[in-house]
Amino acid sequence: MAATDPMLGGADFRTRLQNWLPKIVLAPSFAVMVIFVYGFIAFTVYLSFTGSRMLPSFDLVGFQNYERLFRIREWDTAVTNLAIFASLYIIICTIIGLMLAILLDQKIRGEGLLRPIFLYPMALSFIVTGTAWKWFLDPAIGIENTMHLWGWASFEFNWIKDREMAIYTIVIAAVWQSSGFVMAMFLAGLRGIDNEILKAAQMDGASTFQMYRRIILPQLRPAFLSAFVILSHLAIKSYDLVIALTGGGPGNATALPATFMYSYTFTRNQMGIGASSAVIMLMTIAAIMVPYLYAELREKK
Amino acid sequence: MAIASADSAIKTSKVARTFIYLVLLLFALFYLLPFGIMLVNSLKPLEEITGGNMIALPQQWTIEPWLSAWSTAQIGVEPTGLRPYFINSIAMAVPAVAISTIAGALNGYVLTKWHFRGATWIFGLLLFSCFIPFQIVLIPMARILGILNISGTTYGLILVHVVYGIGFSTLYFRNYYAAFPTELVRAAQIDGAGFFQIFWRIMLPSSGPIIAVCCIWQFTNIWNDFLFGASFASGGAAPMTVALNNLVNSSTGVREYNVHFAGAIMAAAPTLLVYIVAGRYFVRGLMAGSVKG
Repeated sequence: MAATDPMLGGADFRTRLQNWLPKIVLAPSFAVMVIFVYGFIAFTVYLSFTGSRMLPSFDLVGFQNYERLFRIREWDTAVTNLAIFASLYIIICTIIGLMLAILLDQKIRGEGLLRPIFLYPMALSFIVTGTAWKWFLDPAIGIENTMHLWGWASFEFNWIKDREMAIYTIVIAAVWQSSGFVMAMFLAGLRGIDNEILKAAQMDGASTFQMYRRIILPQLRPAFLSAFVILSHLAIKSYDLVIALTGGGPGNATALPATFMYSYTFTRNQMGIGASSAVIMLMTIAAIMVPYLYAELREKK
Repeated sequence: MAIASADSAIKTSKVARTFIYLVLLLFALFYLLPFGIMLVNSLKPLEEITGGNMIALPQQWTIEPWLSAWSTAQIGVEPTGLRPYFINSIAMAVPAVAISTIAGALNGYVLTKWHFRGATWIFGLLLFSCFIPFQIVLIPMARILGILNISGTTYGLILVHVVYGIGFSTLYFRNYYAAFPTELVRAAQIDGAGFFQIFWRIMLPSSGPIIAVCCIWQFTNIWNDFLFGASFASGGAAPMTVALNNLVNSSTGVREYNVHFAGAIMAAAPTLLVYIVAGRYFVRGLMAGSVKG
């Protein structure tokens, strides 16, 4: 459009330079993106078909890495854990976030104080969150010990040491970190709903519950969708929290695909398998992000 | 965020309101307690933690754990405290935030005001790059940093964060500039203003809010990053998050919980400070991060 404006036509050097400038300015970022994002993705995909171990090698071995990957017990654990973690994390964060947003939306005194309290964990790194929760969940000094000191001798809360339950402690810490953010998204959605429609419904005799069920929640669909996309993306990428909270243990009871990829690539010298696990992670995220981004971009046109 | 209009259609009874306040306060406690407990325990001598109640206030207040975490605690093999790593994180975050924000502003300007064929495609590709799991780039990135001879350095981390920060910063500025009146740009162009003149004189002066949002977002992400720090800069150039994890997880001998607590608060302090000072922008930034225009 503007760059080829006929009013500015004329073939002198300055004008031609002006026409090229926007593209020249964009070029470094474009180049960086092509190399560091898409080039690197291509490289990792290629490695996933090679017999790379400690160092990258370029001898192709077909789908061998993928076949082996799916036979590794730890990968199985990691995928199962991700399924448990992601579904609980997304569901609980959405429920708490939505509930807090609805409650805060009832013209609450002190909203200006409560909102930042709900939100601040979002500013912390997962390493800090994990470090903090590691202590509360530790039976020796944390919640269990506190209850014992308060005289509740039979209280037991040692999930973090329990192979079966440890993955749920990750959910607790992650929900603590992210639910306030989901609340903010729903609150923004609620504030965008036209009050006139609600008043009309009220005049027709709708109860508060009916109004939420029939009018308000359906209108929050975009907020639900954004929350789902962001939370699932965070869940699939989760790495720091597990490292800080449990280190993947006990044993590998809290391994996730992200921790699996790291350990196979960098500490177990199975780079080919590490690369193939990264490719699976990318494909999982792409399956969610690509349709979403496509719809978002098309809507904007 | 708009303030609820004075006459809302939703009415609640007195009993319901009491219940609402109760639930909200309980959740406030749930969010506040972990940090509160960390703070309280960072001011206790170690015996009070191991032998006593985590929730109790210190009987003997001390700042010893803080001094130790800052300058003498064992991080890995060296008893340096967290101070050098805190400095590493600042040396990494400040340039990375500045460069990615400038690049994002220029990209957003080009993509919205100098539209050319393929621009939407470029934007789509940039957008998707924000959401890749970084595991997919770890191996080639390690190779490239090695080839450039900056692996294990702060420069390497700056490069990494700039590269993977450009997607988000472009997204922010692109969405912000899309709403900026194109007629103003056209008028300036007819008056003979060039590409950079328009950027400096017209776009930048009205970009204050989005620059703040972008800087807060990038700073939070970069400061809180662990994966890149652990992969590319362990050792002397490690950022604060990696050092904190080393302090907490690889200390041998007696676990000095109070020192760990103090260290965790130090690692959290800069982003918390930003959040307290500019929390309103922070929320807005997070919302924009959800790909809403």
